[in-house]
Amino acid sequence: MLVSAAGAAAGHSASFPILSALVLVPVLGSLLVALLSDRRPEWVKLSAVLSSVVTAGMSIWLLASFSTHEGGFQFVSRHDWVEAWGISWHLGVDGISLFLVVLTGILFPLVIVGIDPHHDEKRYLAWLLLLEAGVMGSFLSLDLFLFFIFFEIVLVPMYFLIGGWGYDKRVYAATKFFLYTMFGSAFMLVGIIATAALARRDIGYFTFDLVTIAEQSSFAVSTGRWLFLSFAVAFAVKVPLFPLHTWLPDAHTQAPTGGSVILAGVLLKLGTYGFLRFGLYLFPEAAVWAKPLFLTLATIGIIWGAVAATMQTDLKRLVAYSSVAHLGFIVLGTFAITSQSLTGSVAQMVNHGVSTGALFLLVGMIYERRHTRAIAELRGIQSVAPVFAAAFMVVMLSSIGVPGLNGFVGEFLVLIGSFETARWWTVVAASGVILAALYLLWAYQRVFHGEPDEANSTFREMTLREGALMLCFIGLIGFTGIYPKPMLERIEPSVDRLIEHVEKHSDHRAPEHASDHGKEEE
Amino acid sequence: MNNFLAFTGPDLAFTDVLPLLIWLGTVCAVLLLGSLVPRWPRGTWAVVTAASSVAVVIQQLFKWRDIGREGTEAAFADVVSVDRFSVFGTIIVAVALGLVALVTHDHLTREGNDGPELYALFITAAMGAQIMLSANDLIVLFLGLETLSLSLYVLVASNRRREQSQEAGIKYFVLGGFASAFFLYGIALVYGASGSTNLTEIMGTFDTTFSIERADALLLVGIGLLLVGLAFKVSAVPFHVWTPDVYEGAPSPVTAFMASAGKVAAFTALLRVLATALERRVDDWRPVVWLLAVASVFVGSVLAVVQTNVKRMLAFSSVTHAGFILVGVEAAAHTGSNGMASSMTYLLLYTVLVIGSFTVVFVVAGKGDGATSLDDFRGLARRRPALALGFTALLLAQAGVPFTGGFVAKFGVIKSAVEARSYALAVAAMVAAVIGAFLYLRIMVSMWLEDPADDSSPAVPRLAGAVIVSTVAFTLFVGFFPGWLLDAAELISVYRVGAAG
Repeated sequence: MLVSAAGAAAGHSASFPILSALVLVPVLGSLLVALLSDRRPEWVKLSAVLSSVVTAGMSIWLLASFSTHEGGFQFVSRHDWVEAWGISWHLGVDGISLFLVVLTGILFPLVIVGIDPHHDEKRYLAWLLLLEAGVMGSFLSLDLFLFFIFFEIVLVPMYFLIGGWGYDKRVYAATKFFLYTMFGSAFMLVGIIATAALARRDIGYFTFDLVTIAEQSSFAVSTGRWLFLSFAVAFAVKVPLFPLHTWLPDAHTQAPTGGSVILAGVLLKLGTYGFLRFGLYLFPEAAVWAKPLFLTLATIGIIWGAVAATMQTDLKRLVAYSSVAHLGFIVLGTFAITSQSLTGSVAQMVNHGVSTGALFLLVGMIYERRHTRAIAELRGIQSVAPVFAAAFMVVMLSSIGVPGLNGFVGEFLVLIGSFETARWWTVVAASGVILAALYLLWAYQRVFHGEPDEANSTFREMTLREGALMLCFIGLIGFTGIYPKPMLERIEPSVDRLIEHVEKHSDHRAPEHASDHGKEEE
Repeated sequence: MNNFLAFTGPDLAFTDVLPLLIWLGTVCAVLLLGSLVPRWPRGTWAVVTAASSVAVVIQQLFKWRDIGREGTEAAFADVVSVDRFSVFGTIIVAVALGLVALVTHDHLTREGNDGPELYALFITAAMGAQIMLSANDLIVLFLGLETLSLSLYVLVASNRRREQSQEAGIKYFVLGGFASAFFLYGIALVYGASGSTNLTEIMGTFDTTFSIERADALLLVGIGLLLVGLAFKVSAVPFHVWTPDVYEGAPSPVTAFMASAGKVAAFTALLRVLATALERRVDDWRPVVWLLAVASVFVGSVLAVVQTNVKRMLAFSSVTHAGFILVGVEAAAHTGSNGMASSMTYLLLYTVLVIGSFTVVFVVAGKGDGATSLDDFRGLARRRPALALGFTALLLAQAGVPFTGGFVAKFGVIKSAVEARSYALAVAAMVAAVIGAFLYLRIMVSMWLEDPADDSSPAVPRLAGAVIVSTVAFTLFVGFFPGWLLDAAELISVYRVGAAG
């Protein structure tokens, strides 16, 4: 049997508070960057790069020393923060959050090193590092209050990044992004407080501690459902789930390249991660109850995103809509609640971050060269920039989900796992895979094939720096695609633990999981 | 009965009204010395006023400790209550007075008419506020209200070179006069229904059970009129119509004082009247407060969004904030909730925020105090990066972004509302906060993302700069370490009969 009840004990007695450092190093880096003089740009850049690289190093160290077959939270650090309100600085990592933390750690230095903001570099870097701290904090928090403030604080740097360094309609897009997300969080805040206030009866004292509430309290059926919905609104906006997705194409298209990479890579995952960590774990009964609704919304999102992407004339908008479709798969896997589908969802979160991040990067490079993102104005790039085209091809195939690349792993697991418990939704969703091939290949054909016209014939080949950057992404894509085992075996124990928790508190039974039981009992 | 026949004078414990005495002495000193000796070194009045505030804060901190030992009580024939509620409120008012006095110095210097009169009026207003928040008798409460209001009428109209200032003064005077009249009539009706003006005695006349034969209609109308009078002062919708005009027209330091100390006085009076005198009629006033709160948060944030003048925006945002505090007041109506503590915390944090914000507006407004439209803030980040950064922090705090005092304040009232199971009110307030956030974003967009109309950068006077820095620092400090403030607020209690100790 896996460890149950209050299994938050640290798997490691790490003396160094690595998780707190993951949050605080970017904050300190951000402050340092903000305080340095504008007249020394090289120092500004150096300190930003250093703090993000240190964070990346720590996240990789975390990955290396994570104990693989442990389902509970590891590296837990806990300090009382506001005792009057039962708030603690409670951080921990498990298989579900581990790879998101690592992804965050890796993406930020790549963005900082690889992409030029073109103006006001100091402020840009300061906001970016602050964003990193917020994202890290959200993935690591095991306290509802702590999670909420990190979840909220992320909006501020992202707002300034889109508004300050974006394209023509940046202010509109940034404001829309901020208000949409804040609207969702408004409900979540009330939900969080109500959760803590109602859980007090079972626990005996007022606390926002996630693990304590999830393990020790049980809500009345209808109460739990209301609370779940209040959380779900916030996450559905963030994911974004159809029909709350309309902020995403605007935000993505108007954001600067670095902002888009981060937005697609890690920010959207806050929503899907939230569903897993705070939806399924806190309100298992309600999550099972809401299953049909979210499966339907996810499936609509998959088809809708794909169809909308097909019709786009702007390459960046096309990639943005493809995100809506891909995130639909993650939600589908989340609410199918089987061991395979959940593992697939977590893997897909990471893989989508890598491949869509890389796609946005490439689209950004095209814009740098041609100052347009209109598909109609691009033609025949393959013949003038073959290496660029090859890189685009690999990333695109990974996004489509071609076997052997990372996109396949998550999507396949989601579909195979969901088929057991959500058959007809999966059948419809699977057609989304074909549609993805349709819109991406068609876009590739229009942009890269054919004879280049005059404007495109001078398209610059990939530079060394860009090449190195893409090599990192393609390396990740290839490695996860060919050898996903190290990833999956770290995700699975935590996912199984979560499913066990859901089964304990609801009438849901996951088929795959039952066979796991059989194995263990043998 | 013996007391009634053999008259004995009230026990005059002057230490219980020491803040009033300190301020009264300062007013007399400032006015006398100012008229006797015409030329004083620049800044004398501001320093003296600020020093009197510091003295009051120190004295009140000692009082806070003493009350812990001796318990709450009432003094001066039960018309002044000595409890941590009034101590907390007095400290907020004193902080507001001190900060505003510093800004006033820069204001008067910039306009070129330094003198002691404005400071004397500010201190008098603070005295009125202090009387209001410690009054245990409706008549004394009314005296405090009038002292505060009359000083504010003059202060609002004090910029004689600016027409809007005069206009605002008249508007505030006429409407404020109406509100006072309503309030006074309310006192009369409550007196008619209960036979007393003393808050704790009024409470004693109500049973926990309802009795229809007692003059209920009289009482209900009385409660209604009291609420109208105080809702006007806190500028809760629908009694808010004066707010934008007066806030815009008044000199910026005066606006800051009205939005901070004025609101504190009115809210503490409201809380005290509702929580003591009318405690047992909670079912009568709770729905009214509920409606006022919902109307204020929504109307305030929606109307704020469509303004083009930053001062008017902040005026409407102050209506929203009043709504948020009313959420806490509504929560205080439920037994076992900490609505009172969260409302008081909110008042303290909001006071600091709003004074900081209006100080920035004062700095940007320039000579003549007129340049307060949104266009005047365009590209401020390029012209004055530090000022823009400070204002951004204050605006984010007002929007309720985490790690700021504003978030602690909002979280507190929402938490007490949820604990009191006022879910609908909590959700409404949070949704309104999102609408309101758009307003703060608009100002930030203007400052950071638009190009300046011209290259002139506003001069930042030293004291005003210090006020902005200290308010921002306090806001961020509380955002990270709210524990001490919440612990202190938990200790707040109101004087009640037989509840001493």
